[in-house]
Amino acid sequence: MSNDTPLQKKLPWRWTEGDLTVTRSNAWSGPGCHEGCGVLLYTDSAGTLVKVEGDPENPFNQGRLCVRCLALPEVTYHPDRLLFPQKRAGERGEDKWERISWEEAYDTIVEKFNGYKEEFGAESVVFCQGTGRDVTWANGRLCYGFGSPNSSDFQSGMACYLPRLASLYATTGNFLVADCSQYFPARYDDPRWTPSECIVVWGCNPIISNADGFFGHWVVDCMQRGSKLIVVDPRLTWLAAKADIWLQIRPGTDAAMALAWLDVIIREGLYDEDFVEKWTLGFDRLAERVAEYPVAEMAKVTWVPQEKIEAAARMFAKSKPAAVQWGLAIDMTKESLPAGQAVTALWTVTGNVDIPGGMITTFLPYGADIWGGDWGYSHLPKETKDRRIGLDKYPLLRWGLPLAQADEIVEAMLTDDPYPIKAVWLQASNALACMGADPEKLLKAFRRMEFVVTIDIFKTPTAVACADILLPALTFPEKDGLRAVWYHIGNINKAIEPVGEGKSDATVAIELGHRFNPDSVPWTGAVEYFDSVLEGTEMTFEEMREAGGVLYPDYEYKKYEKALERADGEIGFNTPSGRIELCSSAYERSGLDPLPYFEEPTESPLSTPDLYKEYPIVLTSGARTWGSFHSEHRQIPILRAMRPEPLVEVHPETCERYGVADGDWIWIENHRGRVKRKVHATQIIDPRVINADHGWWYPEQEAAEPSLYGMWDVNFNKLIPWDPGRSGFGANYKSLLCKIYKVADGEGA
Amino acid sequence: MARLGLLINYRYCTGCHSCEVACQMEQGLPIGQFGIKIAEIGPWKIGEDRWQYSYVPIPTEQCNLCGKRVAQGKLPACVHHCQAAVMRYGKVDELAKEIGDKRQMALFTP
Repeated sequence: MSNDTPLQKKLPWRWTEGDLTVTRSNAWSGPGCHEGCGVLLYTDSAGTLVKVEGDPENPFNQGRLCVRCLALPEVTYHPDRLLFPQKRAGERGEDKWERISWEEAYDTIVEKFNGYKEEFGAESVVFCQGTGRDVTWANGRLCYGFGSPNSSDFQSGMACYLPRLASLYATTGNFLVADCSQYFPARYDDPRWTPSECIVVWGCNPIISNADGFFGHWVVDCMQRGSKLIVVDPRLTWLAAKADIWLQIRPGTDAAMALAWLDVIIREGLYDEDFVEKWTLGFDRLAERVAEYPVAEMAKVTWVPQEKIEAAARMFAKSKPAAVQWGLAIDMTKESLPAGQAVTALWTVTGNVDIPGGMITTFLPYGADIWGGDWGYSHLPKETKDRRIGLDKYPLLRWGLPLAQADEIVEAMLTDDPYPIKAVWLQASNALACMGADPEKLLKAFRRMEFVVTIDIFKTPTAVACADILLPALTFPEKDGLRAVWYHIGNINKAIEPVGEGKSDATVAIELGHRFNPDSVPWTGAVEYFDSVLEGTEMTFEEMREAGGVLYPDYEYKKYEKALERADGEIGFNTPSGRIELCSSAYERSGLDPLPYFEEPTESPLSTPDLYKEYPIVLTSGARTWGSFHSEHRQIPILRAMRPEPLVEVHPETCERYGVADGDWIWIENHRGRVKRKVHATQIIDPRVINADHGWWYPEQEAAEPSLYGMWDVNFNKLIPWDPGRSGFGANYKSLLCKIYKVADGEGA
Repeated sequence: MARLGLLINYRYCTGCHSCEVACQMEQGLPIGQFGIKIAEIGPWKIGEDRWQYSYVPIPTEQCNLCGKRVAQGKLPACVHHCQAAVMRYGKVDELAKEIGDKRQMALFTP
């Protein structure tokens, strides 16, 4: 069957409509977003971006678009955009800057970084990023091109997506996603596809979060095509309200829930014996382990009635195909790898692997080194690789993603152990206000740095507090780029001139890379780099966009039967055994428990009953809102109007018990600190749990310390420790304890 | 001339606000003014494991059914961008027929 892609249709990438020019593109950061939806960028005769629409020809979003892209002109032309490179003109924390040229910025960075390299080794410079997407390769290329093995993020346990990626690569040799027809340009009309009989939405609200290249409303599309729905979530999301079964789980007990499902499925013989026999390893040992987590006990642990857990497990196991759309709640448990392993076992033992409407394995499109890739890591000398931070403590990092471990980076920044860290390159990350745990500790670590560079589209609290040089990046209409994750690849086409002197992360990676080490970036510019990573398409960047700008690789189901799954071209899965390892050899050789297990959150009603007396409410966080991407978009008027203030969801009974009311400002406090939130009284949350917004700062407030855009009073991370799981992956961002009380008069709003 | 309207299958409206913002951008409406606005109904419990939790987009006085867009062969901005794909634009009598025996459908004639 031929793929009816825009490429085959030969759609134009630029045309005029009346007075306006339309540029077809793909929406990849900045501003931040995981998706890369197809967009049409409308510009007027002055070259101004006046409107953004969803591209109806793009199979990924089919014309649909969320509010953040619709409001993009307000982002691109916001008066607070960073427009030129600046260097600090006062002390760190003061908001005093001096405009400089790119030449001066590059020269300073090269001089400083090379100085540290000479004196302390290239590893003394770390390259960290947020959750930008086409930023990822640029960060990796800069890091490895400079010669440092330390590329990572400033998040305890790298607890966002990376634990699920690591878990799946370790146990299945690939990544798997719920099949909503996204690999087929004809989408739901493609006869090869069939809707899942049952979709489990686990630990996420995909219609808002749109995480990991999964357009959340595909779940709604499938519901309209008959898929049953199970939702595992502490909150009654819209999806939970519409679900056939909603399991209102206690935050942080996802592994216990998955093991309880496995207990039901294995005891009742609801698994796929044929698939288990042919394609998995370690089922008997898994069954023994699962028996240690009987559903009756796990009901008490998860706060979900036993009969509901059983009903959900049976509905899932008796549905075929069935799929799981899982989310960040898995990553944000401290023992996240065994949690991910337990959920993976659910779809594996039921034989839902790589079948239509099941869980499908997925590769980088055409092998393009954009969102994932080597980025020159393999060319680092062995002795450099061996100095990657965290390897000794977390051996699993040797076999999976070549990341430096984030908690260990922060320790090294603070203690010079195992060696001094002197400088940080921070790209598209507002670590202090968004992803970093304990921001006071993180700030101390940054303050010990001799030199910090940030590159972003807006000045953030992190930049004001830490940066010595501040570089301006671009929003996507201002640049060329590639959208390349999972299902398809597409051109990001420049539609307008940059608003200021900003440069794309891609251009900076090439230009600065040339100055670091010309051999590491043998390309004259960003587009030449894109040409090189498009090798697998047999097209150049220019040819691809002339041909329509969106390209889908052919997709095959059951690749493990067709010798299309393993790197060596043999039949089976890309693991040492060729099977999906329910009992993992990768974990075993890394000194980890090879089987899934559940461990209570470090602080919880069950693990710390005394602490629970003092802090008698379970605290969760991180639920997405429509108008913001993590800590971004707080300064965009039309989006801020949707959520003007940071809220906390509190059940009306809980409000009454603690004497607070809807609309009150309260303190949420634990033994690490306290933060302000405004009460939203709602029945969507269990009376024993509250849910607070994350990623808040006030761009309209004073930038300089001590204010840092009013960040300290509302920074949820003050309540979270740097405390990763045994593997180095995962941390309890979403399962804490707290107490609440009203903000007193005189303490401000 | 046939009357034109919007048919909304609000059973699957997720309240994503794309219709609201697409309209505000299309028409250049200020913050706080809408050509279409989402009403949230719920959440409240209506039985064991059953919840009332719905959204219904409602066109306002400022909805002009995107006459200019439609003349160019496009869909109204709200219909075009609706993330749940639950909005239909067309002739009222034809849209009315589409309702059939389906529940939770609303037909608006702005």
